[in-house]
Amino acid sequence: MKVAVIRFPGSNCDQDAFWAMEEGLGLPVDYVWHDSDSLVRFDAVYIPGGFSYGDYLRCGAMAARAHIIPEIKRLAAQGNPIIGACNGFQILCEMGLLEGALLKNLSQKFVCDRPYLRRENSTSMWTDGVPDVIQIPIAHGEGRYIASDEDMKRIEGEGRVAFRYCTASGEVTPEANPNGSVNNIAGIVNPAGNVLGMMPHPERAYHARFGGDDGLTILRALIKVRI
Amino acid sequence: MSTVRVFVTLKPSLLDSAGRTVADSLGKLGFDEVQGARIGKVIELQVERVDEARIREMCDTLLANPVIEDYRIEVAP
Repeated sequence: MKVAVIRFPGSNCDQDAFWAMEEGLGLPVDYVWHDSDSLVRFDAVYIPGGFSYGDYLRCGAMAARAHIIPEIKRLAAQGNPIIGACNGFQILCEMGLLEGALLKNLSQKFVCDRPYLRRENSTSMWTDGVPDVIQIPIAHGEGRYIASDEDMKRIEGEGRVAFRYCTASGEVTPEANPNGSVNNIAGIVNPAGNVLGMMPHPERAYHARFGGDDGLTILRALIKVRI
Repeated sequence: MSTVRVFVTLKPSLLDSAGRTVADSLGKLGFDEVQGARIGKVIELQVERVDEARIREMCDTLLANPVIEDYRIEVAP
């Protein structure tokens, strides 16, 4: 399983993602610049966080139309693992691989915290084997997830909410919601379960020296999955 | 050369937290008649020729996100 970490101008979690793959999982990994032609050498894609294109126009809008994007869509359609964290989640939504969009936090403040997440879906490659409650860092100004009523019904109905912000004991409460996301949603998967978008940063929690390694419980999918 | 203005606004059904903050601030400054504020974007395009279908295509392709935004096109006289 060779992982491509996609780099856009303004990506800033690319190195964290790289080290999570290399040191955390022992996987071969390489950076791929956004105007590259091909991902044929790769099996999985990590779209890292940051402020691609300075968040101009909308978060992820420009990145979602970059030259490399059709290649990411090709891998996604084949069922290969694709993860987008933070700006990566925003980009996946803008690409149309995931429904919905991320708006400015309800508080109008940038939040930097270490919230608890309740793992909801347990059948996707990304969520299978993840403990019920994990703790993963967040750092974002625009993480309020919303989707149309129709899409929400489908996402909830199909059990595609991967993670919800919760209390330490796993209760999903308004107080545990750091950004005003609908239904406390922190991350969702696509219908096939191979594309995961989430605002929290699993790559920032792959080793105890960062205060926790719960992120590995998600990223380990890349070791378990056979493609 | 013509100028086309594209107004992109958050859908009315969505809470505009930035707009709410602005409205609150205006209220605190004594402008109590302000009941609400919504913030959008204006994109001014300089185009060789005005083709409204093309401008719409630009909006649908990049300038607006239909999940959260509406847009309106205005051709400057």
